[in-house]
Amino acid sequence: MKKRLVNFALSAAATSFAIALPVGVGLMPVTAHADSYIDMLNQMGGNPAEFNVSAGEKLFKEKRGPNNKSLETCDFGLGPGVLKGAYAQMPRYFADTGKVQDVESRLVTCMETIQGFSKEQIQKEVLKDPFAKNGGNATDIVNLAAYVAHQSDGMPMEVSQNTPEEKLSFINGKKFFWYRAGPYNFSCATCHAEDGKQIKISKLPNLSNSNGEKAWVAATWPAYPDSQGVVRTLEWRMNDCMRQQRIAEPKYLSQVVIDLETYMGVMAKGHKILTPSFKR
Amino acid sequence: MKRIAVFSTLALSLGLIGCASNTGGMSSANEDASTYMTKSFKDIIANDFQAKGSAGLDRMVQTEAQHECSKYDYLGKPIPKEIASRIEKDHYSKIVYPADSQYFGDWKEGLKIAESGKGMTWNDNPGTPNGGNCINCHALLPNNPSQGNLGPSLVGYGKTRGNSMEVVKYTWGRIYDSTAFNACSQMPPMGASHALTPQQMKDVMALLFDPQSPVNK
Repeated sequence: MKKRLVNFALSAAATSFAIALPVGVGLMPVTAHADSYIDMLNQMGGNPAEFNVSAGEKLFKEKRGPNNKSLETCDFGLGPGVLKGAYAQMPRYFADTGKVQDVESRLVTCMETIQGFSKEQIQKEVLKDPFAKNGGNATDIVNLAAYVAHQSDGMPMEVSQNTPEEKLSFINGKKFFWYRAGPYNFSCATCHAEDGKQIKISKLPNLSNSNGEKAWVAATWPAYPDSQGVVRTLEWRMNDCMRQQRIAEPKYLSQVVIDLETYMGVMAKGHKILTPSFKR
Repeated sequence: MKRIAVFSTLALSLGLIGCASNTGGMSSANEDASTYMTKSFKDIIANDFQAKGSAGLDRMVQTEAQHECSKYDYLGKPIPKEIASRIEKDHYSKIVYPADSQYFGDWKEGLKIAESGKGMTWNDNPGTPNGGNCINCHALLPNNPSQGNLGPSLVGYGKTRGNSMEVVKYTWGRIYDSTAFNACSQMPPMGASHALTPQQMKDVMALLFDPQSPVNK
């Protein structure tokens, strides 16, 4: 609580500084302040989502489920219990499930296989309502994901393209990136295929190719978006983009979301991971 | 609600036309199935979504224009001219102009509509009026940094273009269904999708053309 208040004071100070900056430096474009404000927060650190990382760690190490086991032996692709660098290579193909999985999907697999949770329990407790309300408390699965992801903080993104399944995931992610649908004809690409574009004052990353402006944004999740007041994962970001796209809702942990994460992960190849980060 | 139902039917029927024309059109069905509409991709579209609020599964079914534009975008090739002009002609013929030939409403209402990004998402109430989303993508007001740039700037629209019937009708058509002028336009078909009512479109028209509107100041 105390930490949150300090953070609030810091971000308030940063806001007034950021607004003052373009006025002081007359030549700076007015639109620059939104991004520089976020950059400054990230440099200062003290992200409220660090609380979620701690909560996720506690949950990860706790003996839970019918088998009364922790998730400490979960294999995220680098071997059972190896967390360091695992998130940097996800989504990836897992031979035991025969699927390309992201961090949340893999956590669910381990909750089933190691902790012994039933499909019904997973459906009821994890899949039904995975995203917290604005300003609410993050769900267990998101806290767990924040913890696992944080173990790759500072490492370069290296989403692998070694198996046919991983290559297909990229291809279908790319296809969906360009897939226009719904009453507004929107695809992901409508907003994310050119440099220098913005919606109102929000700058948009260009995800159409790996040299696009901020094509590496996958390396900045999970994050604490100021506008959300709660930690969010890339699964959530895909969901909320599709809401604004005016299409139907993607199911949580569905292949379409994982394929988009693969596509974005490959776009971010080599970019240093910063998680949890601040966002607008 | 009724409008959404009408749109769904439209989208579904257009989707079917799209599929039909692919079998006999420029690209053969086999080529499409092997390179773009593969089984695994079709499965994703068919299985990975759920209806929520007003956003039903019918919204995942593409119109012919959506299908062709997505495919060529993905392939990184320009859409063939024949396909583009067929789509444009088809959409152009379906533009509905005001029955009373009255194109202009109240620019003050138009400004509110232009500034609102609400409407048609799964958490919008279908009973409340939609926004136009205009400033999300277009600059309309001089010296306002919180306007998007996905579309061209429309600052001074009426002042620079005049208000001849030709310009007025063209502008109405562009707002109604931009696909009629550019098969792969990025702009939502605000009239054809019933995102805006005819009265709301008139208000937005006034915002663009009225000499008193901030757009032309």
